[in-house]
Amino acid sequence: MTARIERPLSPHLQTYRWTLTMALSIVHRATGIALYFGTLLLAWWLIAAASGPTAYAHVQAFTGSIIGRLIVFGYTWSLLHHLLSGLRHFVWDLGYGFKQSEREGLTWAALIGGISLTVLVWIVAYTIGGGR
Amino acid sequence: MSAPNSPSMRTPLARVRNLGASHSGTKDFWRQRLTAVAMTLLIVPVIVIVLMLLGRNQAGAAQILGSMPIAIVLLLFIIASCWHMKIGMQVVIEDYVHSEKVKLASVMANNFFCIAVALASIYAILKLSSGV
Repeated sequence: MTARIERPLSPHLQTYRWTLTMALSIVHRATGIALYFGTLLLAWWLIAAASGPTAYAHVQAFTGSIIGRLIVFGYTWSLLHHLLSGLRHFVWDLGYGFKQSEREGLTWAALIGGISLTVLVWIVAYTIGGGR
Repeated sequence: MSAPNSPSMRTPLARVRNLGASHSGTKDFWRQRLTAVAMTLLIVPVIVIVLMLLGRNQAGAAQILGSMPIAIVLLLFIIASCWHMKIGMQVVIEDYVHSEKVKLASVMANNFFCIAVALASIYAILKLSSGV
């Protein structure tokens, strides 16, 4: 059917020296995949709220457990990190921030900002509700 | 790529130039960014809504989730996020799944997953809003 043309291939991951932006590029994708499956939690929670007290109590029992808390904490971080890391991509999409210092700065900002915001949201959550 | 005696006079470049190898041009690229901007705008209200629900039982949660502005914010967020994650996961699949059949099946499963999560969540919110 078709004759394949032998094009040059880009070298695979392991031949590169690890850089911050490369590591965070992988983290961006990983958090995206985590959020993909984490959305099931959001859907489950909404469906339970629409179903009734028993179903909702199940969700609360899960999100209140140690594993549940860890998962929701991980989900919060993934969401906020992916958001800030995504904003970094917007800066690049618009054609700015490509100098070494700028791209590293943006990447550090996304990393530190994501962690700080997650902790902040959880402090607020514990102050308000505690129940989760 | 065409065989040497192919009847078509189009060059390989011309073949990919219009809508490209994806056959859908830059639609996904644009929509990925459109939904990203939407979620960036919606993230603060969404976090506030989730925090408002902490520590409440099903009746309290259902009452808040059923109010119109909150339902609309959540609906917008769910539509944007499910669309965003459908495109994102398809990119991941296209990057790593090389067998054409497995790739088609995965892309299809991805569509089913995202549409199911979106519709289930939308249904739950509408049910909460209508109060049945």
